[in-house]
Amino acid sequence: MGVDAGLRGYVLRRLGFALLMLVCVSLILFTLMRLAPGGPEAVLIGGEFSPAAAAQIRERLGLDRPLPLQYLRWAAAAFRGDLGRSFKTGDPVAALILDRLGPTLQLTGGALVLALVAAIPLGVLAAVRRGTIWDTLGSAISLFGVSFPSFWLGIMLILLFSEAFRWLPPSGLSEYGREADPLSRLRHAILPTLTLGSIQMAAFMRFTRSSLLEALRQDYVRTARAKGLAGGAVVWRHALRNALIPVVTVVGLSLPTLVGGAVLTETVFAWPGIGRLAVGAVFERDYPVIMGVNMVVAAVVITANLVTDVAYCLIDPRISYR
Amino acid sequence: MSARLVRHRRGLIGGAAVVLMLLTGVLAPLIAPHGYSNQSLLQRLQPPSAAHWLGTDGFGRDVLSRVIWGTRVSLQIGFLATALALLVGTALGSAAGYFGGTADTAIMRAADAFMAMPALFLILVVVALFGASLLNTALVISLVTWAQVARVVRAECLSLRGREFIDAAHALGAGHARILGRHLLLNAMPVIIVQATLLLGQTILIESALSYLGLGAQPPLPSWGNMVVEGRQFLASAWWIAAFPGLAIFLTVLGFNLFGDGLRDALDPALRGAS
Repeated sequence: MGVDAGLRGYVLRRLGFALLMLVCVSLILFTLMRLAPGGPEAVLIGGEFSPAAAAQIRERLGLDRPLPLQYLRWAAAAFRGDLGRSFKTGDPVAALILDRLGPTLQLTGGALVLALVAAIPLGVLAAVRRGTIWDTLGSAISLFGVSFPSFWLGIMLILLFSEAFRWLPPSGLSEYGREADPLSRLRHAILPTLTLGSIQMAAFMRFTRSSLLEALRQDYVRTARAKGLAGGAVVWRHALRNALIPVVTVVGLSLPTLVGGAVLTETVFAWPGIGRLAVGAVFERDYPVIMGVNMVVAAVVITANLVTDVAYCLIDPRISYR
Repeated sequence: MSARLVRHRRGLIGGAAVVLMLLTGVLAPLIAPHGYSNQSLLQRLQPPSAAHWLGTDGFGRDVLSRVIWGTRVSLQIGFLATALALLVGTALGSAAGYFGGTADTAIMRAADAFMAMPALFLILVVVALFGASLLNTALVISLVTWAQVARVVRAECLSLRGREFIDAAHALGAGHARILGRHLLLNAMPVIIVQATLLLGQTILIESALSYLGLGAQPPLPSWGNMVVEGRQFLASAWWIAAFPGLAIFLTVLGFNLFGDGLRDALDPALRGAS
């Protein structure tokens, strides 16, 4: 009961903080966009335009009102789930984002799974065989991984697998007219997922290795060995289970990098996700879309961090809710 | 320390790569065989050869010369952004670690907030709206990287704060500014230097990503990121245009990472391979 109350209080405090962060992010973004030189009218009209035409457009878009009023109107609507309409197309921003969220979640989720599946065994191998060629190889992979520009890695994969061998398609979500074909979608997803996953894998592997090395030094591991337990069982059943607890946190902390990486990966592979939506919107000064995308991304990342922290508390009873 | 660094082979290789890149950037006008914007449509899309070691691009410009000139842009923004992040991160991190209490909570919660934001999204918005000048790009990169410096410096200052030499300085009547500047930061300097080296690699990666998205150095000024994006359209027929600038980014960042790891191991052998 005490633990439940403690956990509830902790979650409520964190939720309050998360909400505060979202308000701060929205205020910063809103102010930045309105302070920026030039406005959406230049992009919407294009070429030369009179001040009267610009004023007319600003009035139509509601940009002539005082800044605090504009923000409050946006915030009140956003609170009800209405993120406004795109300046460019007139489409509801929420619908635009929902359309693009699926492909981005598919890409980031796939990359995360791929990174973990590859990183944990490699990290374990590097830790268990410390100082051997496996460890050196593991270190090299992780060092290379954090040094690669992800967009370049993507382009090199296209060069190899799409241009040279012609095994995999270089761009898009599926072939035209075959959007419902799972095989076509899978073939299109391989290269972007591999690109985004490889960069994350390096960080996860490094952390799994150091966390397992730390766990292998603990007394309970020595006890397990002294009891005559086989080496594999000690590593997999005892040390790794404890070593993976901090990895959960690293996975949570990596989400901003993963989502940021998705912007580049989606651009390289013409993947129709929210990263590309964001890039298009900033070039066109489509304020409602920029605000909407950033708020949704911030909300997803903040929520995922909150879930990670709570999961961490639940997995490890030694952590107190402060 | 320097002897330990010399014995650290990977750190030494990283250091050599860093020095090589610095020299390339500084000496670009002297060592580049051609101007970065010299076009020759008769020479366009030439593969690597004796005349053009890394081939030519879609405008017939020499890729090697552009890679050499691109070193300048990447390093300039990298150094400026890192310096700004270090300045802000060190000031705030040391204040948080030294004073503790409310200042610590406020600064570290702000750092948490910045670290939770997808950095590239924020950078994208600021650079697209305010323009892609060298200063703007560096400023915004430092905006999303100061928090990690603050965390490391705070941790170091927290551990140093309880040491006897700080108590002695207090007893001798030293003020907060003197203790922070002369004692804490001076002793935290090795950690700050390591952090700066690793951060340089990161800022170069961010700058190249921005250039790739069209928000970094503007053509015809070459930056590695915008060279890769120019090469993307010729991938099937002229792979070298995208391949070599990307390789330059990779080798430079790898050099900084190796050098940073080597420095860390040389400064504190107990941390060897820890992260």
